[in-house]
Amino acid sequence: MSEEFKIEIVNPDKSFLSKDDVTEVIVPAFEGEIGILKDHISIISFLKPGIIKIYSQTGEDKFYVEDGIIEFKSNNLSVLTSSIYNLKDIKKNKIQELLKMAEEEISKTEVNDQTKYLIDQKIDVLRSIN
Amino acid sequence: MASLDDLKKRITSVKSTQKITKAMKMVAAAKLKRAQESAEKGRPYSEKMNNVILNLSSSISDKNNAPKLLSGTGNNKIHLCVIMTSDRGLCGGFNANIIKKAKSYFSKLKKEGKQLKIVTVGSKGNDQLKRAYGDKIIENISFKNSKNANYFDAEKVGKTIIERFEKEEFDVCTIFYNRFKNVITQVPQAQQIIPLHTENNDENKSDESYEFEPDEDEILSNLLPKNISTQIFKAMLENSASEQGARMSAMDNATRNAGEMVDKLTIEYNRSRQAAITKELIEIISGAESL
Repeated sequence: MSEEFKIEIVNPDKSFLSKDDVTEVIVPAFEGEIGILKDHISIISFLKPGIIKIYSQTGEDKFYVEDGIIEFKSNNLSVLTSSIYNLKDIKKNKIQELLKMAEEEISKTEVNDQTKYLIDQKIDVLRSIN
Repeated sequence: MASLDDLKKRITSVKSTQKITKAMKMVAAAKLKRAQESAEKGRPYSEKMNNVILNLSSSISDKNNAPKLLSGTGNNKIHLCVIMTSDRGLCGGFNANIIKKAKSYFSKLKKEGKQLKIVTVGSKGNDQLKRAYGDKIIENISFKNSKNANYFDAEKVGKTIIERFEKEEFDVCTIFYNRFKNVITQVPQAQQIIPLHTENNDENKSDESYEFEPDEDEILSNLLPKNISTQIFKAMLENSASEQGARMSAMDNATRNAGEMVDKLTIEYNRSRQAAITKELIEIISGAESL
């Protein structure tokens, strides 16, 4: 029996990626990273800024996401996100731009704890891939 | 009867108008194709989002404690209407249809004694509502500078709506837009987004139980604001496809009418030219006879 399942990443304006030979996916869920294998229990969770790692027969893909929702059901993983970049394609200056935006946002005083935590995460991740 | 010169001038002016409408039709056709494509591409996202919310809300344990975006404020007094129209004119009944639908809704609210607030998206709607409902309009958002409907714009609208909701400025929010049926038909729609209508469709519901991480309430309160932006984005996509469709058929009609007008004017021009020649001939002949 194969150990593969399907993943679909959708943006608001298009379907970003669809693959059906995935063996393992690691997503940065809000309460920590979740690794998903075939026949995982149905789960809904939302994402914090981080890296989605997709392992398939053809190799490994990494994507940077800022937010989103994941739903896993009957071996279909759907990722809904409005901001996703393939780590291979993302340019250095784009990372810097995102980093600058995040730093500006955190310097504002009126942010609450949760958004502050999320922006902190974002800055950490961006620094690590920069 | 107009003189020959006048007729000639009119014919050329109608012909150049026809050229313009024809060009606009072609442009609209090209844009329509793109808008339709992006509307189709955007569909999976909003469908999935809807599914997730449906699953979540059906499994939420304590209905009374549900987030306000889902359950409402408990009141039903102040209604916010978001009227989504285009920024450009010359698109037939596109804007007028939305405004008509909205106005009938407004008068219904008035009869029920409810308070009304209006947010207009797109400058044409603002222009048309300013006169009758100027005091009710609390905000006008326009995206003249962005070429295509994009998610960031939708998010901006969504955020302003949520901010106002959190300040308890309104209880119920409805968006008005044109749903794209086909090139010639666009259906004006009123869709309530706050509080959210979750259809009790048992067929769609899965019996599978989900694991939630973190718990349902937290996911829901994170998800619902996003859903509002998504719904608005969907409306924007439908609207832009409808706008181009309406413009295309309006310009097609205009081109045809201009063609008919040119034909009529040409006949009239030829007749009066012939009449002038006949008149001259009669004059010459009768002059020759009198000699």
